[in-house]
Amino acid sequence: MCSLEKRGNLFILILTGQNGEHRLNPNLFSSIISALSRAKAESTRGSALVTVSHGKFFCNGFDLDWVNAAGSDEETQQRFNLLLDYLKQLVLAFISLPMPTIAAVNGHAAAGGVVLALCHDYVLMRRYRSVLYMIDLDLGIKIPEPFMALFRAKISGSARRDLLLRGLKIKGEEALKMGLVEAVYDGEEEVTNAGIKMADDLAKRTWHGEVYAEIRKGLYSELCDILGIASIPIATPKL
Amino acid sequence: MCTLEKRGNLFILTFTGENQHRFNPNLIGSLLSLLSQVKAEATRGSALITQAQGKFFSNGFDLDWAQAAGSEQGAAERLHHMVDLFKPVIAALLSLPMPTIAAITGHAAAGGFVLALSHDYLIMRKDRGVLYMSEVDIALTIPDYFNALFREKIGDASVRRDFLLRGLKMKGDEAEKRGVVEAAYGGEAEVREASVRLAENLGKRKWHGEVYAEIRKGLYPQLSAILGLTHKAYTIARL
Repeated sequence: MCSLEKRGNLFILILTGQNGEHRLNPNLFSSIISALSRAKAESTRGSALVTVSHGKFFCNGFDLDWVNAAGSDEETQQRFNLLLDYLKQLVLAFISLPMPTIAAVNGHAAAGGVVLALCHDYVLMRRYRSVLYMIDLDLGIKIPEPFMALFRAKISGSARRDLLLRGLKIKGEEALKMGLVEAVYDGEEEVTNAGIKMADDLAKRTWHGEVYAEIRKGLYSELCDILGIASIPIATPKL
Repeated sequence: MCTLEKRGNLFILTFTGENQHRFNPNLIGSLLSLLSQVKAEATRGSALITQAQGKFFSNGFDLDWAQAAGSEQGAAERLHHMVDLFKPVIAALLSLPMPTIAAITGHAAAGGFVLALSHDYLIMRKDRGVLYMSEVDIALTIPDYFNALFREKIGDASVRRDFLLRGLKMKGDEAEKRGVVEAAYGGEAEVREASVRLAENLGKRKWHGEVYAEIRKGLYPQLSAILGLTHKAYTIARL
């Protein structure tokens, strides 16, 4: 599941659980969304959130075992659709979070796990032992619209095609060159610490959380249109 | 204030004086009026250079003037008013029937950066001056046409995020490397010379001004739509 730790101004979202792949099922989704609600409720100026994980995986995507354990084909499809709905809610929650967000990707991220990472404002990654892999093409699964809009919002140029249309397992250095991540680090501890340090540095700017979230929504306006949310203008400058 | 000079085929718009060249209703009015003049006197082979004296290209809207309203509500209204007044300036630049160059020899922040970015080419100093969207630091959201300008002029999603969500102060060499400006030069004189050279080279092509403007609008369709600029189809036989 996940836990939320408060350290000064920082919220640290930790993907925990016996399941080393941190696969997304209704329990983990609810747990993360709940943690984000808590962070939002307790946020102040200068808050920041960093998401970390431990072990071989950051997040290996949807819990397909759970999906396939359904009694019928129809129920299997329903379970899959439910996970898509949850993922959409997750994107919404991150896009509206009133503070800067950082993902410290310690291990492999696939499909929904890549979406989870890219929901954050900044992504840091391990140089080795960590790939970003949009496995959807290889598995024969289409990528529905709200998530395509997320990719369009966050990734430019040929990097977008390479991530989605090429079935590449993108390692740290490549991800850095493609502009998918901010920086790469050598070990799990290093990337986690770097995530916390970056969160700390951004928190020191003491940004006004509500304004930050509205600027983010304006920056990703196509995604927000597709998610059905609008951004509100705020004009009470702190001079 | 600002002045307009004609030098052969070149129109040179200068923000005069050693101040921050902040946009208030007066300066905005002058700008609009001078841009109308440029448009009226345009011929084939014309080009515009916008430049400034002193340490600043422009530091954006006149927040002192906004605050002089005497209340938070009044300040917000004045700010909103300037955002509205400024929109036709950007519209005028987007529809100007000639190539346009911003010769950035000092800091360009917020509205000042937006003005620069509304030109076809940006040339900047390497050694002094930054490009900076200060809004996130002073708790102001970004107006819709500012967002559209960034979306359509800056292709790299990380660069857009760094400016709008991170309040990055970007110097000339980074701006050149990341494709925000055409070129960065070692000093004020070099920037001015390079701008004149570029303007003259573009002018030599003797482009049909109205066609140039229509192609430009087609390059930035969302921005043009938000600015209320209509598109005309043009067919001219040039033998």
